[in-house]
Amino acid sequence: MAEFWTGTLWPLIVIVFQCIAIVAPLFAVIAYLTFAERKVIGAMQLRKGPNVVGPFGLLQPIADGVKLFAKETIIPTGADRPVFILAPILTLTLSLIAWAVIPFDKGWVIADINLGVLFLFAVSGLGVYGIIMAGWASNSKYAFLGGLRSAAQMVSYEVSMGLILVSVILTAGSMNLSTIVEAQANSVWYVIPHFPMFVLFVISILAETNRHPFDLPEAEGELVAGYNVEYSAMPFALFFLGEYGNMILMSSICAIMFLGGWLPPFNIWPFTVLPGIMWFGIKVAAILFVFLWVRATFPRYRYDQLMRLGWKVFLPLSLAWVVLTAGVLMMFGLLPGQGS
Amino acid sequence: MIAATLIFYMLASILVVAAFMVVVSRNPVHSVLWLILAFVNSAGLFVLLGAEFLAMVLVVVYVGAVAVLFLFVVMMLDLNRLAWREGFQKAMPLGIAVSVVLLTEIVVMVGGWSSAKGAAALRQAPMPDPASVPNTQALGEVIYTNYFYLFQGAGLVLLVAMVGAILLTHRRHPGVRRQSVAAQIARRKEDSLKLNKVPTGKGIS
Repeated sequence: MAEFWTGTLWPLIVIVFQCIAIVAPLFAVIAYLTFAERKVIGAMQLRKGPNVVGPFGLLQPIADGVKLFAKETIIPTGADRPVFILAPILTLTLSLIAWAVIPFDKGWVIADINLGVLFLFAVSGLGVYGIIMAGWASNSKYAFLGGLRSAAQMVSYEVSMGLILVSVILTAGSMNLSTIVEAQANSVWYVIPHFPMFVLFVISILAETNRHPFDLPEAEGELVAGYNVEYSAMPFALFFLGEYGNMILMSSICAIMFLGGWLPPFNIWPFTVLPGIMWFGIKVAAILFVFLWVRATFPRYRYDQLMRLGWKVFLPLSLAWVVLTAGVLMMFGLLPGQGS
Repeated sequence: MIAATLIFYMLASILVVAAFMVVVSRNPVHSVLWLILAFVNSAGLFVLLGAEFLAMVLVVVYVGAVAVLFLFVVMMLDLNRLAWREGFQKAMPLGIAVSVVLLTEIVVMVGGWSSAKGAAALRQAPMPDPASVPNTQALGEVIYTNYFYLFQGAGLVLLVAMVGAILLTHRRHPGVRRQSVAAQIARRKEDSLKLNKVPTGKGIS
Protein backbone atom coordinates (compact mmCIF):
# COMPACT_ATOMS: atom_id res chain seq x y z
CA MET A 1 0.00 0.00 0.00
CA ALA A 2 2.91 2.29 0.80
CA GLU A 3 4.17 1.68 -2.71
CA PHE A 4 0.79 2.66 -4.12
CA TRP A 5 0.90 5.86 -2.05
CA THR A 6 4.39 6.97 -3.10
CA GLY A 7 4.26 5.57 -6.63
CA THR A 8 0.78 6.55 -7.76
CA LEU A 9 -1.29 8.65 -5.43
CA TRP A 10 1.27 11.26 -4.40
CA PRO A 11 2.39 12.01 -8.01
CA LEU A 12 -1.30 12.26 -8.93
CA ILE A 13 -1.90 14.89 -6.23
CA VAL A 14 1.19 16.80 -7.34
CA ILE A 15 -0.01 16.76 -10.95
CA VAL A 16 -3.46 17.99 -9.94
CA PHE A 17 -1.88 20.94 -8.15
CA GLN A 18 0.40 21.62 -11.10
CA CYS A 19 -2.64 21.70 -13.38
CA ILE A 20 -4.38 24.17 -11.08
CA ALA A 21 -1.21 26.26 -10.99
CA ILE A 22 -1.36 26.53 -14.77
CA VAL A 23 -5.09 26.80 -15.36
CA ALA A 24 -5.86 29.47 -12.77
CA PRO A 25 -3.35 32.05 -14.07
CA LEU A 26 -4.36 31.09 -17.60
CA PHE A 27 -7.95 32.13 -16.95
CA ALA A 28 -6.73 35.42 -15.54
CA VAL A 29 -4.60 35.96 -18.65
CA ILE A 30 -7.53 35.11 -20.91
CA ALA A 31 -9.74 37.60 -19.06
CA TYR A 32 -7.17 40.36 -19.40
CA LEU A 33 -6.44 39.40 -22.99
CA THR A 34 -10.02 40.33 -23.85
CA PHE A 35 -9.46 43.60 -22.01
CA ALA A 36 -6.14 44.20 -23.81
CA GLU A 37 -7.81 43.46 -27.11
CA ARG A 38 -10.44 46.13 -26.57
CA LYS A 39 -7.91 48.65 -25.29
CA VAL A 40 -5.41 48.03 -28.11
CA ILE A 41 -8.02 48.17 -30.85
CA GLY A 42 -9.50 51.21 -29.18
CA ALA A 43 -6.13 52.94 -29.25
CA MET A 44 -5.61 51.99 -32.89
CA GLN A 45 -8.98 53.42 -33.83
CA LEU A 46 -8.52 56.55 -31.70
CA ARG A 47 -11.09 55.49 -29.15
CA LYS A 48 -10.68 54.97 -25.43
CA GLY A 49 -11.90 51.40 -25.13
CA PRO A 50 -13.45 50.20 -21.87
CA ASN A 51 -12.76 52.85 -19.21
CA VAL A 52 -15.78 52.91 -16.92
CA VAL A 53 -15.62 49.82 -14.71
CA GLY A 54 -12.82 50.33 -12.21
CA PRO A 55 -9.66 52.41 -12.74
CA PHE A 56 -8.85 52.50 -16.50
CA GLY A 57 -11.65 49.96 -16.94
CA LEU A 58 -9.48 47.30 -15.34
CA LEU A 59 -12.44 45.50 -13.79
CA GLN A 60 -14.27 45.21 -17.12
CA PRO A 61 -13.39 41.51 -17.72
CA ILE A 62 -14.70 40.62 -14.27
CA ALA A 63 -17.91 42.51 -14.93
CA ASP A 64 -18.26 40.68 -18.25
CA GLY A 65 -17.68 37.36 -16.54
CA VAL A 66 -20.31 38.07 -13.89
CA LYS A 67 -22.75 39.16 -16.59
CA LEU A 68 -22.28 35.96 -18.59
CA PHE A 69 -22.53 33.86 -15.45
CA ALA A 70 -25.75 35.49 -14.33
CA LYS A 71 -27.55 35.14 -17.64
CA GLU A 72 -29.97 32.40 -18.50
CA THR A 73 -28.69 29.44 -20.52
CA ILE A 74 -31.02 28.97 -23.45
CA ILE A 75 -31.10 25.70 -25.35
CA PRO A 76 -33.10 25.88 -28.59
CA THR A 77 -35.99 23.40 -28.88
CA GLY A 78 -34.71 21.95 -32.13
CA ALA A 79 -31.21 21.45 -30.78
CA ASP A 80 -29.59 18.13 -30.11
CA ARG A 81 -29.26 18.63 -26.35
CA PRO A 82 -26.31 16.37 -25.40
CA VAL A 83 -24.16 17.42 -28.36
CA PHE A 84 -25.19 21.05 -27.93
CA ILE A 85 -23.96 21.08 -24.33
CA LEU A 86 -20.91 18.93 -25.02
CA ALA A 87 -19.54 21.17 -27.78
CA PRO A 88 -18.46 24.20 -25.67
CA ILE A 89 -17.12 21.92 -22.92
CA LEU A 90 -15.02 20.09 -25.49
CA THR A 91 -13.68 23.32 -26.95
CA LEU A 92 -12.52 24.67 -23.60
CA THR A 93 -11.16 21.33 -22.38
CA LEU A 94 -9.07 20.85 -25.50
CA SER A 95 -7.62 24.32 -25.27
CA LEU A 96 -6.57 23.54 -21.68
CA ILE A 97 -5.23 19.99 -22.25
CA ALA A 98 -2.48 21.15 -24.58
CA TRP A 99 -0.85 23.22 -21.82
CA ALA A 100 0.36 19.97 -20.24
CA VAL A 101 3.34 19.82 -22.59
CA ILE A 102 4.25 23.52 -22.81
CA PRO A 103 7.55 24.30 -21.05
CA PHE A 104 7.36 27.70 -19.32
CA ASP A 105 10.94 27.63 -18.16
CA LYS A 106 13.76 25.13 -17.94
CA GLY A 107 12.04 22.07 -16.45
CA TRP A 108 8.75 23.90 -15.78
CA VAL A 109 6.48 21.51 -17.61
CA ILE A 110 3.89 19.02 -16.40
CA ALA A 111 4.54 16.28 -18.95
CA ASP A 112 7.98 16.39 -20.54
CA ILE A 113 7.10 13.86 -23.24
CA ASN A 114 9.18 12.98 -26.27
CA LEU A 115 6.37 13.65 -28.72
CA GLY A 116 5.36 17.06 -27.42
CA VAL A 117 4.95 18.60 -30.86
CA LEU A 118 2.86 15.73 -32.10
CA PHE A 119 0.70 15.89 -28.98
CA LEU A 120 0.03 19.58 -29.56
CA PHE A 121 -0.79 18.84 -33.15
CA ALA A 122 -3.18 16.05 -32.20
CA VAL A 123 -4.96 18.24 -29.65
CA SER A 124 -5.32 21.18 -32.00
CA GLY A 125 -6.67 18.76 -34.60
CA LEU A 126 -9.39 17.74 -32.17
CA GLY A 127 -10.35 21.39 -31.71
CA VAL A 128 -12.39 21.25 -34.92
CA TYR A 129 -14.95 19.03 -33.26
CA GLY A 130 -16.10 21.58 -30.74
CA ILE A 131 -17.02 23.95 -33.54
CA ILE A 132 -18.46 21.42 -35.94
CA MET A 133 -20.55 19.84 -33.18
CA ALA A 134 -21.84 23.25 -32.09
CA GLY A 135 -22.74 24.08 -35.68
CA TRP A 136 -24.63 20.87 -36.23
CA ALA A 137 -26.31 20.56 -32.84
CA SER A 138 -27.73 24.09 -32.95
CA ASN A 139 -30.02 22.98 -35.77
CA SER A 140 -29.79 26.42 -37.33
CA LYS A 141 -28.65 27.36 -40.81
CA TYR A 142 -26.27 30.14 -39.80
CA ALA A 143 -24.61 28.04 -37.14
CA PHE A 144 -24.33 25.10 -39.52
CA LEU A 145 -22.72 27.14 -42.29
CA GLY A 146 -20.34 28.71 -39.79
CA GLY A 147 -19.38 25.30 -38.44
CA LEU A 148 -18.73 23.89 -41.91
CA ARG A 149 -16.62 26.85 -42.96
CA SER A 150 -14.58 26.78 -39.85
CA ALA A 151 -13.99 23.03 -40.02
CA ALA A 152 -12.80 23.29 -43.62
CA GLN A 153 -10.55 26.20 -42.71
CA MET A 154 -8.97 24.56 -39.70
CA VAL A 155 -8.33 21.30 -41.53
CA SER A 156 -6.71 23.15 -44.45
CA TYR A 157 -4.35 25.24 -42.39
CA GLU A 158 -3.37 22.34 -40.16
CA VAL A 159 -1.68 20.68 -43.13
CA SER A 160 0.71 23.54 -43.79
CA MET A 161 1.20 24.11 -40.06
CA GLY A 162 2.30 20.50 -39.75
CA LEU A 163 4.83 20.92 -42.54
CA ILE A 164 6.18 24.13 -41.01
CA LEU A 165 6.66 22.33 -37.71
CA VAL A 166 8.40 19.47 -39.52
CA SER A 167 11.17 21.79 -40.71
CA VAL A 168 11.67 23.05 -37.15
CA ILE A 169 11.69 19.49 -35.82
CA LEU A 170 14.27 18.52 -38.44
CA THR A 171 16.54 21.37 -37.40
CA ALA A 172 16.20 20.64 -33.70
CA GLY A 173 16.36 16.88 -34.15
CA SER A 174 13.67 16.28 -31.54
CA MET A 175 9.94 16.47 -30.97
CA ASN A 176 10.36 17.31 -27.31
CA LEU A 177 9.50 20.97 -26.79
CA SER A 178 12.12 21.47 -24.06
CA THR A 179 14.79 19.94 -26.28
CA ILE A 180 13.75 22.21 -29.14
CA VAL A 181 14.30 25.24 -26.93
CA GLU A 182 17.63 23.86 -25.68
CA ALA A 183 18.70 23.33 -29.28
CA GLN A 184 18.02 27.01 -29.91
CA ALA A 185 20.24 27.89 -26.96
CA ASN A 186 23.10 26.09 -28.66
CA SER A 187 22.56 27.67 -32.07
CA VAL A 188 20.30 30.62 -32.88
CA TRP A 189 16.58 31.18 -32.48
CA TYR A 190 14.88 29.43 -35.35
CA VAL A 191 13.21 32.63 -36.41
CA ILE A 192 16.50 33.53 -38.12
CA PRO A 193 17.12 30.47 -40.32
CA HIS A 194 13.40 29.78 -40.72
CA PHE A 195 12.17 33.33 -41.12
CA PRO A 196 9.77 32.64 -44.04
CA MET A 197 8.27 29.76 -42.07
CA PHE A 198 7.87 32.02 -39.05
CA VAL A 199 5.77 34.40 -41.13
CA LEU A 200 3.76 31.53 -42.55
CA PHE A 201 3.27 30.07 -39.09
CA VAL A 202 1.98 33.32 -37.64
CA ILE A 203 -0.51 33.62 -40.50
CA SER A 204 -1.51 29.98 -40.11
CA ILE A 205 -2.20 30.35 -36.41
CA LEU A 206 -4.48 33.28 -37.21
CA ALA A 207 -6.43 30.94 -39.48
CA GLU A 208 -6.24 28.03 -37.05
CA THR A 209 -7.75 30.05 -34.22
CA ASN A 210 -10.38 31.57 -36.54
CA ARG A 211 -9.12 35.06 -35.88
CA HIS A 212 -9.11 38.09 -38.15
CA PRO A 213 -8.59 38.33 -41.06
CA PHE A 214 -9.69 34.69 -41.32
CA ASP A 215 -12.69 34.89 -39.00
CA LEU A 216 -15.07 33.63 -41.67
CA PRO A 217 -16.90 31.26 -39.33
CA GLU A 218 -18.25 34.25 -37.48
CA ALA A 219 -18.43 36.73 -40.31
CA GLU A 220 -21.03 39.01 -38.72
CA GLY A 221 -22.19 40.42 -42.03
CA GLU A 222 -23.19 37.09 -43.55
CA LEU A 223 -23.51 34.58 -40.74
CA VAL A 224 -24.46 36.83 -37.80
CA ALA A 225 -22.01 35.04 -35.54
CA GLY A 226 -21.40 31.67 -37.09
CA TYR A 227 -21.26 28.47 -35.12
CA ASN A 228 -22.01 30.03 -31.73
CA VAL A 229 -25.05 32.08 -32.73
CA GLU A 230 -27.47 29.89 -30.73
CA TYR A 231 -25.35 29.89 -27.59
CA SER A 232 -25.91 32.14 -24.64
CA ALA A 233 -24.58 32.72 -21.13
CA MET A 234 -22.08 30.13 -19.84
CA PRO A 235 -21.87 27.87 -22.91
CA PHE A 236 -21.07 30.97 -24.94
CA ALA A 237 -18.52 32.01 -22.34
CA LEU A 238 -16.88 28.59 -22.62
CA PHE A 239 -16.49 29.06 -26.38
CA PHE A 240 -15.08 32.49 -25.78
CA LEU A 241 -12.59 31.22 -23.19
CA GLY A 242 -11.66 28.36 -25.50
CA GLU A 243 -10.99 30.70 -28.41
CA TYR A 244 -8.80 33.05 -26.39
CA GLY A 245 -7.10 30.12 -24.66
CA ASN A 246 -6.25 28.76 -28.10
CA MET A 247 -4.82 32.12 -29.12
CA ILE A 248 -2.49 32.11 -26.13
CA LEU A 249 -1.61 28.48 -26.71
CA MET A 250 -0.74 29.03 -30.36
CA SER A 251 1.33 32.08 -29.45
CA SER A 252 3.24 29.97 -26.92
CA ILE A 253 3.89 27.29 -29.53
CA CYS A 254 5.16 29.97 -31.87
CA ALA A 255 7.39 31.40 -29.12
CA ILE A 256 8.81 27.96 -28.33
CA MET A 257 9.34 26.90 -31.91
CA PHE A 258 10.75 30.09 -33.36
CA LEU A 259 11.56 32.58 -30.62
CA GLY A 260 13.52 30.38 -28.24
CA GLY A 261 10.89 29.88 -25.51
CA TRP A 262 12.32 30.94 -22.16
CA LEU A 263 15.75 31.93 -23.51
CA PRO A 264 16.93 35.53 -23.26
CA PRO A 265 17.92 37.10 -26.59
CA PHE A 266 21.58 37.19 -25.62
CA ASN A 267 23.11 35.15 -22.86
CA ILE A 268 24.92 38.13 -21.29
CA TRP A 269 24.35 40.23 -18.21
CA PRO A 270 21.48 42.68 -18.67
CA PHE A 271 19.36 40.07 -20.41
CA THR A 272 19.94 37.24 -17.95
CA VAL A 273 18.52 39.26 -15.03
CA LEU A 274 14.94 38.43 -15.97
CA PRO A 275 13.92 34.84 -15.17
CA GLY A 276 13.09 32.57 -18.09
CA ILE A 277 9.37 32.59 -17.51
CA MET A 278 9.35 36.39 -17.90
CA TRP A 279 11.04 36.12 -21.28
CA PHE A 280 8.53 33.48 -22.27
CA GLY A 281 5.70 35.78 -21.21
CA ILE A 282 7.15 38.72 -23.10
CA LYS A 283 7.44 36.71 -26.31
CA VAL A 284 3.91 35.32 -26.01
CA ALA A 285 2.58 38.81 -25.33
CA ALA A 286 4.38 40.14 -28.41
CA ILE A 287 2.75 37.53 -30.65
CA LEU A 288 -0.62 38.14 -29.03
CA PHE A 289 -0.21 41.81 -29.80
CA VAL A 290 0.24 40.85 -33.46
CA PHE A 291 -3.09 39.01 -33.23
CA LEU A 292 -4.80 42.19 -32.05
CA TRP A 293 -2.90 44.46 -34.42
CA VAL A 294 -3.89 42.31 -37.40
CA ARG A 295 -7.50 42.45 -36.28
CA ALA A 296 -7.48 46.23 -36.28
CA THR A 297 -5.67 46.46 -39.61
CA PHE A 298 -6.82 43.94 -42.21
CA PRO A 299 -10.16 43.39 -43.91
CA ARG A 300 -11.65 39.91 -43.91
CA TYR A 301 -10.61 37.40 -46.55
CA ARG A 302 -13.19 35.98 -48.90
CA TYR A 303 -13.75 32.24 -48.51
CA ASP A 304 -12.21 31.19 -51.83
CA GLN A 305 -9.22 33.46 -51.23
CA LEU A 306 -8.71 31.82 -47.88
CA MET A 307 -8.74 28.34 -49.38
CA ARG A 308 -6.46 29.44 -52.21
CA LEU A 309 -3.98 30.89 -49.74
CA GLY A 310 -3.96 27.73 -47.66
CA TRP A 311 -3.72 25.11 -50.37
CA LYS A 312 -2.03 26.86 -53.26
CA VAL A 313 0.41 29.15 -51.47
CA PHE A 314 1.18 27.91 -47.97
CA LEU A 315 1.20 24.19 -48.69
CA PRO A 316 3.69 24.26 -51.63
CA LEU A 317 5.87 26.84 -49.87
CA SER A 318 6.10 24.94 -46.62
CA LEU A 319 6.64 21.64 -48.44
CA ALA A 320 9.46 23.17 -50.48
CA TRP A 321 10.96 24.55 -47.28
CA VAL A 322 10.92 21.11 -45.66
CA VAL A 323 12.81 19.69 -48.64
CA LEU A 324 15.25 22.62 -48.57
CA THR A 325 15.83 22.28 -44.82
CA ALA A 326 16.37 18.55 -45.09
CA GLY A 327 18.75 19.06 -48.00
CA VAL A 328 20.81 21.73 -46.26
CA LEU A 329 21.01 19.74 -43.03
CA MET A 330 22.00 16.62 -44.95
CA MET A 331 24.68 18.49 -46.86
CA PHE A 332 26.32 19.93 -43.75
CA GLY A 333 25.90 16.68 -41.82
CA LEU A 334 23.70 18.30 -39.18
CA LEU A 335 20.90 15.76 -39.18
CA PRO A 336 20.54 13.78 -35.96
CA GLY A 337 22.29 10.44 -36.36
CA GLN A 338 24.79 11.79 -38.89
CA GLY A 339 27.26 11.95 -36.08
CA SER A 340 28.26 15.60 -36.04
CA MET B 1 1.13 -1.04 -11.90
CA ILE B 2 -2.30 -0.90 -10.34
CA ALA B 3 -2.83 2.48 -11.96
CA ALA B 4 -1.85 1.21 -15.41
CA THR B 5 -4.24 -1.73 -15.08
CA LEU B 6 -7.05 0.52 -13.91
CA ILE B 7 -6.48 2.91 -16.79
CA PHE B 8 -6.36 0.01 -19.22
CA TYR B 9 -9.73 -1.31 -18.09
CA MET B 10 -11.21 2.19 -18.15
CA LEU B 11 -10.03 2.86 -21.70
CA ALA B 12 -10.92 -0.62 -22.91
CA SER B 13 -14.44 -0.53 -21.50
CA ILE B 14 -15.11 2.94 -22.91
CA LEU B 15 -13.75 1.73 -26.24
CA VAL B 16 -16.06 -1.27 -26.34
CA VAL B 17 -19.10 0.75 -25.27
CA ALA B 18 -18.32 3.45 -27.84
CA ALA B 19 -17.84 0.90 -30.61
CA PHE B 20 -21.17 -0.69 -29.66
CA MET B 21 -22.87 2.70 -29.70
CA VAL B 22 -21.52 3.36 -33.21
CA VAL B 23 -23.59 0.43 -34.40
CA VAL B 24 -26.76 0.98 -32.41
CA SER B 25 -27.07 4.79 -32.58
CA ARG B 26 -30.15 5.90 -34.46
CA ASN B 27 -28.60 9.17 -35.51
CA PRO B 28 -25.69 8.78 -37.96
CA VAL B 29 -23.99 11.94 -36.64
CA HIS B 30 -24.03 10.44 -33.15
CA SER B 31 -22.52 7.29 -34.64
CA VAL B 32 -19.59 9.25 -36.02
CA LEU B 33 -19.11 11.03 -32.70
CA TRP B 34 -19.04 7.67 -30.89
CA LEU B 35 -16.55 6.45 -33.48
CA ILE B 36 -14.31 9.39 -32.65
CA LEU B 37 -14.52 8.52 -28.97
CA ALA B 38 -13.50 4.96 -29.88
CA PHE B 39 -10.51 6.27 -31.87
CA VAL B 40 -9.34 8.47 -29.02
CA ASN B 41 -9.61 5.62 -26.53
CA SER B 42 -7.66 3.26 -28.75
CA ALA B 43 -4.98 5.95 -28.97
CA GLY B 44 -4.92 5.83 -25.17
CA LEU B 45 -4.40 2.06 -25.33
CA PHE B 46 -1.47 2.59 -27.70
CA VAL B 47 0.10 4.95 -25.19
CA LEU B 48 -0.22 2.28 -22.50
CA LEU B 49 1.55 -0.16 -24.82
CA GLY B 50 4.45 2.26 -25.16
CA ALA B 51 3.66 3.13 -28.79
CA GLU B 52 3.19 6.89 -28.29
CA PHE B 53 4.01 7.74 -31.89
CA LEU B 54 1.30 5.46 -33.25
CA ALA B 55 -1.14 6.88 -30.71
CA MET B 56 -0.49 10.46 -31.77
CA VAL B 57 -0.64 9.57 -35.45
CA LEU B 58 -3.92 7.77 -34.88
CA VAL B 59 -5.36 10.92 -33.36
CA VAL B 60 -3.88 13.28 -35.96
CA VAL B 61 -4.82 11.23 -39.01
CA TYR B 62 -8.00 9.40 -38.08
CA VAL B 63 -9.59 11.81 -35.65
CA GLY B 64 -8.16 15.04 -37.02
CA ALA B 65 -8.70 14.35 -40.70
CA VAL B 66 -10.60 11.21 -41.67
CA ALA B 67 -13.36 11.47 -39.08
CA VAL B 68 -13.85 15.17 -39.89
CA LEU B 69 -14.58 14.22 -43.48
CA PHE B 70 -16.93 11.46 -42.29
CA LEU B 71 -18.74 13.96 -40.14
CA PHE B 72 -18.89 16.43 -43.01
CA VAL B 73 -20.53 13.92 -45.33
CA VAL B 74 -22.91 12.52 -42.74
CA MET B 75 -24.01 15.97 -41.59
CA MET B 76 -24.82 16.99 -45.12
CA LEU B 77 -27.03 13.97 -45.76
CA ASP B 78 -30.69 14.62 -45.45
CA LEU B 79 -31.74 11.37 -43.86
CA ASN B 80 -35.33 10.45 -43.53
CA ARG B 81 -35.43 7.91 -40.75
CA LEU B 82 -38.98 6.75 -41.43
CA ALA B 83 -38.06 5.79 -44.98
CA TRP B 84 -35.35 3.55 -43.62
CA ARG B 85 -37.84 1.52 -41.69
CA GLU B 86 -39.82 0.57 -44.79
CA GLY B 87 -37.03 -1.32 -46.51
CA PHE B 88 -35.80 -2.89 -43.28
CA GLN B 89 -37.99 -6.00 -43.37
CA LYS B 90 -37.23 -6.66 -47.01
CA ALA B 91 -33.47 -6.21 -46.73
CA MET B 92 -33.17 -8.20 -43.51
CA PRO B 93 -32.78 -11.73 -44.99
CA LEU B 94 -30.15 -10.50 -47.46
CA GLY B 95 -28.24 -8.74 -44.70
CA ILE B 96 -28.29 -11.82 -42.49
CA ALA B 97 -27.13 -13.98 -45.40
CA VAL B 98 -24.19 -11.69 -46.15
CA SER B 99 -23.15 -11.55 -42.48
CA VAL B 100 -23.33 -15.34 -42.15
CA VAL B 101 -21.10 -15.75 -45.22
CA LEU B 102 -18.61 -13.21 -43.89
CA LEU B 103 -18.56 -14.81 -40.45
CA THR B 104 -17.98 -18.26 -41.94
CA GLU B 105 -15.11 -16.90 -44.00
CA ILE B 106 -13.50 -15.32 -40.97
CA VAL B 107 -13.88 -18.53 -38.95
CA VAL B 108 -12.36 -20.59 -41.77
CA MET B 109 -9.51 -18.14 -42.20
CA VAL B 110 -8.64 -17.88 -38.54
CA GLY B 111 -9.13 -21.61 -37.95
CA GLY B 112 -6.70 -22.55 -40.68
CA TRP B 113 -4.19 -19.89 -39.70
CA SER B 114 -0.58 -20.97 -39.44
CA SER B 115 2.33 -18.61 -39.10
CA ALA B 116 5.39 -18.72 -41.33
CA LYS B 117 8.46 -20.33 -39.81
CA GLY B 118 10.45 -17.26 -38.89
CA ALA B 119 7.38 -15.21 -38.00
CA ALA B 120 7.40 -15.95 -34.28
CA ALA B 121 10.95 -14.68 -33.91
CA LEU B 122 10.20 -11.60 -36.01
CA ARG B 123 7.10 -10.87 -33.96
CA GLN B 124 9.16 -10.97 -30.82
CA ALA B 125 11.31 -8.10 -32.03
CA PRO B 126 9.68 -6.17 -34.85
CA MET B 127 11.62 -3.08 -33.88
CA PRO B 128 14.74 -2.31 -31.89
CA ASP B 129 14.23 -2.26 -28.15
CA PRO B 130 12.01 0.76 -27.30
CA ALA B 131 14.07 1.42 -24.19
CA SER B 132 17.22 2.09 -26.19
CA VAL B 133 15.81 3.79 -29.29
CA PRO B 134 13.01 6.38 -29.20
CA ASN B 135 9.71 5.28 -30.64
CA THR B 136 9.79 7.68 -33.54
CA GLN B 137 13.30 6.77 -34.58
CA ALA B 138 12.55 3.05 -34.47
CA LEU B 139 9.48 3.49 -36.68
CA GLY B 140 11.44 5.76 -39.01
CA GLU B 141 14.15 3.12 -39.42
CA VAL B 142 11.59 0.49 -40.31
CA ILE B 143 9.58 2.61 -42.75
CA TYR B 144 12.15 4.86 -44.36
CA THR B 145 15.23 2.63 -44.30
CA ASN B 146 14.39 -1.07 -44.19
CA TYR B 147 11.18 -0.99 -46.21
CA PHE B 148 11.78 2.13 -48.26
CA TYR B 149 10.56 0.75 -51.60
CA LEU B 150 7.38 -0.68 -50.12
CA PHE B 151 6.68 2.68 -48.52
CA GLN B 152 7.21 4.49 -51.81
CA GLY B 153 4.95 1.95 -53.52
CA ALA B 154 2.21 2.61 -50.99
CA GLY B 155 2.65 6.32 -51.62
CA LEU B 156 2.24 5.79 -55.36
CA VAL B 157 -0.96 3.82 -54.85
CA LEU B 158 -2.34 6.70 -52.80
CA LEU B 159 -1.27 9.19 -55.44
CA VAL B 160 -3.08 7.23 -58.15
CA ALA B 161 -6.19 7.10 -55.98
CA MET B 162 -5.99 10.84 -55.39
CA VAL B 163 -5.55 11.66 -59.07
CA GLY B 164 -8.46 9.37 -59.90
CA ALA B 165 -10.73 10.99 -57.36
CA ILE B 166 -9.86 14.49 -58.56
CA LEU B 167 -10.34 13.48 -62.19
CA LEU B 168 -13.77 12.01 -61.45
CA THR B 169 -15.07 15.00 -59.54
CA HIS B 170 -13.34 17.93 -61.19
CA ARG B 171 -15.45 19.77 -63.71
CA ARG B 172 -14.86 23.07 -65.38
CA HIS B 173 -18.02 25.10 -65.14
CA PRO B 174 -18.37 27.39 -68.12
CA GLY B 175 -19.06 31.01 -67.42
CA VAL B 176 -17.41 31.11 -63.98
CA ARG B 177 -15.27 34.19 -63.52
CA ARG B 178 -12.17 33.24 -61.62
CA GLN B 179 -9.88 35.52 -59.70
CA SER B 180 -6.42 35.73 -61.22
CA VAL B 181 -4.25 37.03 -58.43
CA ALA B 182 -1.20 37.39 -60.67
CA ALA B 183 -3.12 39.59 -63.09
CA GLN B 184 -4.45 41.72 -60.23
CA ILE B 185 -1.02 42.27 -58.75
CA ALA B 186 0.55 42.94 -62.13
CA ARG B 187 -1.87 45.80 -62.79
CA ARG B 188 -0.27 49.22 -62.63
CA LYS B 189 -1.73 52.64 -62.11
CA GLU B 190 -0.97 53.57 -65.73
CA ASP B 191 -3.03 50.64 -67.06
CA SER B 192 -6.18 51.49 -65.24
CA LEU B 193 -6.21 55.21 -64.54
CA LYS B 194 -6.12 58.15 -66.93
CA LEU B 195 -6.34 61.80 -65.97
CA ASN B 196 -8.07 64.03 -68.49
CA LYS B 197 -8.20 67.77 -68.55
CA VAL B 198 -11.64 68.31 -70.00
CA PRO B 199 -12.14 71.67 -71.68
CA THR B 200 -15.40 73.34 -70.66
CA GLY B 201 -18.26 72.70 -73.05
CA LYS B 202 -16.34 70.17 -75.15
CA GLY B 203 -16.26 66.86 -73.37
CA ILE B 204 -14.10 63.99 -74.51
CA SER B 205 -14.86 60.96 -76.53
